[in-house]
Amino acid sequence: MELQAVVMAAGGGSRMMDLTYSMPKPLLPVGNKPLIWYPLNLLEKIGFEEVIVITTKEVHKQMNIDTKMKLEMVCIQEDADMGTANALRHIQQKIKTDILVVSCDLITDVALHEVVDLFRAHDATLSMLMSKTHEFTETVPGQKGKKKTGEQRDFVGVDSSGKRLLFMANEADLDEELVIKKSIMRKHPRMHIKTGLVDAHLYCLKKSVVDFLADNKSITSIRGELIPYLVRKQFSASTNSQKTKDDSEKNQKKTDLKTPDIHISSKDEDLLDLAREKSCWNDHRGDMSDAYHGGKLRCYVHIMEDSMCYRVNTLAAYIEANRLAPKVFSEEFPIHPTAEISEQSMVGADSIIGAACHVSEKSSIKRSTIGASSCIKEKVKITNSIIMNGVTIEEGCNIQGSVICNQAVINRGADIKYCLVGSGQCIEAEAERNNEVIVGIDQLMEI
Amino acid sequence: MAGTEGITQQELNNSTGETRDETDSRKNDYLQSKVEGKALSKEEKLKLRKEKKQQKKNKKDDKGPAKEEKAKKPVPVMDGQQAQQQRAPPTSPLVTPEAPPTGEKSGKSKVELRADRRARQDVDRTSKQGKKGDRSQLASTAKTKAPPSEPQPVVKRLPEHIQADDPAVLKKVAKKLERQQIPLRSDYGSKVSLFSHLHQYSRKAPLTQQMSIPSTVIHPSIVHLGLQYSQGIIAGSNSRCIALLHAFKQVIRDYATPRNEELSRDLVNKLKPYISFLNQCRPLSASMGNAIKYIKKEISNVSSNIKEEEAKTTLQNCIDKYIEEKIHLAAKAISKSAFEKISDGDVILVYGCSSLVNYILCDAFERGRKFRVIVVDSRPRLEGRETLRRLVKKGLSCTYVLITAVSYMLPEVSKVFLGAHALLANGYVMSRVGASQIALVAKAYNVPVLVCCETYKFCERVQTDSFVSNELDDPDDLIVTRKGKTELQNWQDIPSLRLLNLVYDVTPPDFVDLVITDLGMIPCTSVPVVLRVKNVDQ
Repeated sequence: MELQAVVMAAGGGSRMMDLTYSMPKPLLPVGNKPLIWYPLNLLEKIGFEEVIVITTKEVHKQMNIDTKMKLEMVCIQEDADMGTANALRHIQQKIKTDILVVSCDLITDVALHEVVDLFRAHDATLSMLMSKTHEFTETVPGQKGKKKTGEQRDFVGVDSSGKRLLFMANEADLDEELVIKKSIMRKHPRMHIKTGLVDAHLYCLKKSVVDFLADNKSITSIRGELIPYLVRKQFSASTNSQKTKDDSEKNQKKTDLKTPDIHISSKDEDLLDLAREKSCWNDHRGDMSDAYHGGKLRCYVHIMEDSMCYRVNTLAAYIEANRLAPKVFSEEFPIHPTAEISEQSMVGADSIIGAACHVSEKSSIKRSTIGASSCIKEKVKITNSIIMNGVTIEEGCNIQGSVICNQAVINRGADIKYCLVGSGQCIEAEAERNNEVIVGIDQLMEI
Repeated sequence: MAGTEGITQQELNNSTGETRDETDSRKNDYLQSKVEGKALSKEEKLKLRKEKKQQKKNKKDDKGPAKEEKAKKPVPVMDGQQAQQQRAPPTSPLVTPEAPPTGEKSGKSKVELRADRRARQDVDRTSKQGKKGDRSQLASTAKTKAPPSEPQPVVKRLPEHIQADDPAVLKKVAKKLERQQIPLRSDYGSKVSLFSHLHQYSRKAPLTQQMSIPSTVIHPSIVHLGLQYSQGIIAGSNSRCIALLHAFKQVIRDYATPRNEELSRDLVNKLKPYISFLNQCRPLSASMGNAIKYIKKEISNVSSNIKEEEAKTTLQNCIDKYIEEKIHLAAKAISKSAFEKISDGDVILVYGCSSLVNYILCDAFERGRKFRVIVVDSRPRLEGRETLRRLVKKGLSCTYVLITAVSYMLPEVSKVFLGAHALLANGYVMSRVGASQIALVAKAYNVPVLVCCETYKFCERVQTDSFVSNELDDPDDLIVTRKGKTELQNWQDIPSLRLLNLVYDVTPPDFVDLVITDLGMIPCTSVPVVLRVKNVDQ
C-alpha cells in the first residue's frame, strides 16, 4: 500500500462559532452536502479505497455519507481539544505507510497527483498544497467595516523552481523582522517569498514523521508546529553535513527524525543513493554540492493557480464556498426531485433546492441554497442567501445575503439583509434586520 | 534402415507428419522403435518432445489455413480417421510403416540436409500458389513446418516502441496495456516526419495523471521509479539500471506467492506489467533490458523445492551480485585498463556526463596522473555541467566548451573518452546525441577515440543509423527564455514547425579506435565475438 488517507474532522470551527455552536463543522451544509463530503469526494475520485476519519462521536452519529470507500471512523473526545498532531499520535498504530492528511473543511478540485508526484519523485518527507488567495466578494453578515487582511499572513519561501519549500513563517510569530538563516541563502541564493497564499491543509507525510510524532509529544498541531519544524529542519546544521556520515551523526539523526524510510533496510538505501550519485541530474546549479545539497529531509509544495480551493473556516469562506462549490461539483438535480415547487414561483438556475422542500406561489429564489425540509411560503423573495434545513419562512419575507441556520423561523413580512440567523431562532414578524448576527442568548453566554 | 533416398523421402514424409495428430506420429514412433527393437534413445526423446511442441503449434495454425496437403505417411490406418485433414493422393506412397524417425536423426549428411531444405522450399512455394486456389491438390507438405531436427526459422518482430505510426501496432499495444491495467501515454506535439515512428511524450503529462493515487496495480516503488525516469531525476544508463534493480528488490521483498502458484512462474508474470509501465514512462535502455533478462532467468531457475523466504533472499542476493559484478567490479577493471592509456600531460576530451568516464578520470587523478580535461557540452540537456562540477570538486583542472567549439579545441586534445549507452552487435556505439559528431571530428584530426563500456551493456541489436531506433525527448525542453522573451512559446500554433529533441545517436566503428571493457581492451569489431562468448557462457 502506498498511501493512507486521514481526514481530520474533529475540529470545532472556532472561527465561525455562530454557525458551529449548534452543528458540528464537518456537517455544515455547503451546496446541500455536508462539508465533509467534499474532501471525501476528492479522495474517492482519485482512487482511494479506504479512509481513516478522525472525528467526534457526535459527528459520527449524524453523519451518513454514501460513498464507495471504506470509512474507518476514529472517535475522540469532543471536549479534549486535541490538536491535529495529537490526533495523529492517537492513530499511530493504524498507520502502516505514508499518509495523506486532509482537513475536513477543504473544498477543492485540484489534480492531487501533482502533490503526490512531488512526494514520490523527490522522495520527500513533506509535500503540501497551497493556493492563491481569492478575495471574498460577498458581504459577510455581522461584519462591521472592511476586514483587515494583514493580521495573519503566511510568509512562504520557495526556490526558483517554485516547488521546493524553503521557508515558512506566520506573521503572528514574527515581531518586526523576517529572519532568514544564512544556511538557506547559501544553498538557495534565489528565493521567492510569497504572502498571498492560503494553505490548503493537505499534507503528504512520510511514515517516519508519524513515528517521530509518537516520540516527540510536545508537538500538538500539524500546521502550527510540525510543518514549520520540518521546513526548518531541512537546513539545520546537524542534518546538513556534506561529509561522510559517521556513527555519532547517525545516532543524532535517528533521534532527530533524520533517517527517512525506516522500513527500507540500510543496504537498499545505499543502492538508491548509488543510483542517484551516478545519475547526471541535479536540482540546482551554481555550486559544488550534489543534488538536494546532500540533505535527506526535503519539503515540497505545489502552488495551484487557477483551480478552486477553499478552506471553510470562516463565515466569509463559508458563504463563498456555498456560492461556488455547486458550480464545480455540479448537481444532477439542482432542484431535488422531492421538492415541491409551485408553478408561479421563480427559482433561478443557480439555486439549489433540497429534498422535501416546499416553495409556495409567487416566491422568487435567486442564487440561493435551500436546505432539506424547508418551507417557503408565498411572496417570499430570497436572494444570495443560504437557508439550511428545516427552516420556515412565512409569507412576504424578503431575505437578502443572509445565512439562516437550521430550524429557524422567519415570521411574515420580515426583511432580513446580510444577517446571520442562528439555529432555532425565531425572527418576529415585520422585523427589519440589517447586518446583524442573531443568535440565542445562551450562545452569547458561551462566548 | 532405409537408404539415402529413402531417408530423404522419409524426411519429407516426416515433415508432413508434423501436421498430423500427435498421437499418430508418436504411436508411429513407438511402433517403429518397437519394430526396430530399440529402446527410445535420448535423441529420440528429444525429437518426440520437439514434435509434440510442433504439433501443438500446428494445431493452432490448423484452425486457420486448414486444408493442407497431408500426404499420407507412415500409418495409413490412423490417418483415415482424421476428419479435418483433407485427403489427397499421398505423394509418397512408398512410405513404409517402418519409416523410422530414428533414421533421420542419426548421421544425416550435409547433402541430405541441403536436398531436404530445397525440397521443402519447393513444396512451400507450390503450396503457397496452390493455396490461392482453394483446395490445393499439391503433393505438398504442410507449409512452414520444418522437421524437428532442422532449426526453426526465427521470426524477428520489430519492437513496438519504434512503430508509433502504425495504427495496428498502436491498437495492439493499447489492448495489451488495458489488459495489464496500465494507462496509455499519449503522444505530444507534432513530430518531425523522419521520426514519426517514435513516441514523443511531454514531461508535464506524467503517466500518474491517469492512475489512481494509492497505486494498487503497480507496486509503489515501481511508480516512484517510473516518475523519476520520466522527469529525468534518474538519468544515465548505469543509474537507471541500478535504480531498476533496487525497485525490483522492493518488489521481491513485498511479494507473496498466491496459493496454487509457483514463485518461479508467478513472479515473472507479476513483473511484466511493471516493465510495461516503466516502458511507458520512458523507453527501456539496453542496460535495463539486459538486467531484466537476467532477473527473469534467475527467477525461472528458482527451484520449486525451496521455501519462499529462502527463494526471495536468494533472488535479492543475485541482484546484489549482479550489480557488484557487472557495474562495480567492471568499473574497477575498466579504470585499471584505462589508467594505462592515460599518460602524464594528456589533454582528455569528454562529452556529456557518463558515470563510468567520470569514475575513470577521478580514479586516474587519485593515482597520480597529471592531466587536464576538456568537457564538451550540448543543449538542451547540458549534462556537461554536472561532469564539470564533479571533476572540479575532485580537483581536476577542466575547460568547458559547447559542442559548437569542438573543432577549435581538438588541436590541443590528445585523447577522447566517450561513454556509451549500448554497444550494438555490429560494432556501432550508441551514445548520447552528439557523441558521433565528436568521434567524427576527432577522426578528422587524428585524435584517438576510446569508448568505455561495461559488457552488460552489449546488446544484440544491429543498427547502422540513428533513425531506426531512437528516443524522442520532450520538445518543450528546447524552448529557452532569453531577456524575458520566449520565441518558441507557441510553437504548436505554427503548423509547419516541428521540434526535434533526440536523445541517442549511433557512431560507426571506423571512428572508434578502442573499446575498453571489463574483458579488456578490444577493437569495436570484436563486439559480436564478445556477445557470442557471453551467450555460450550463459
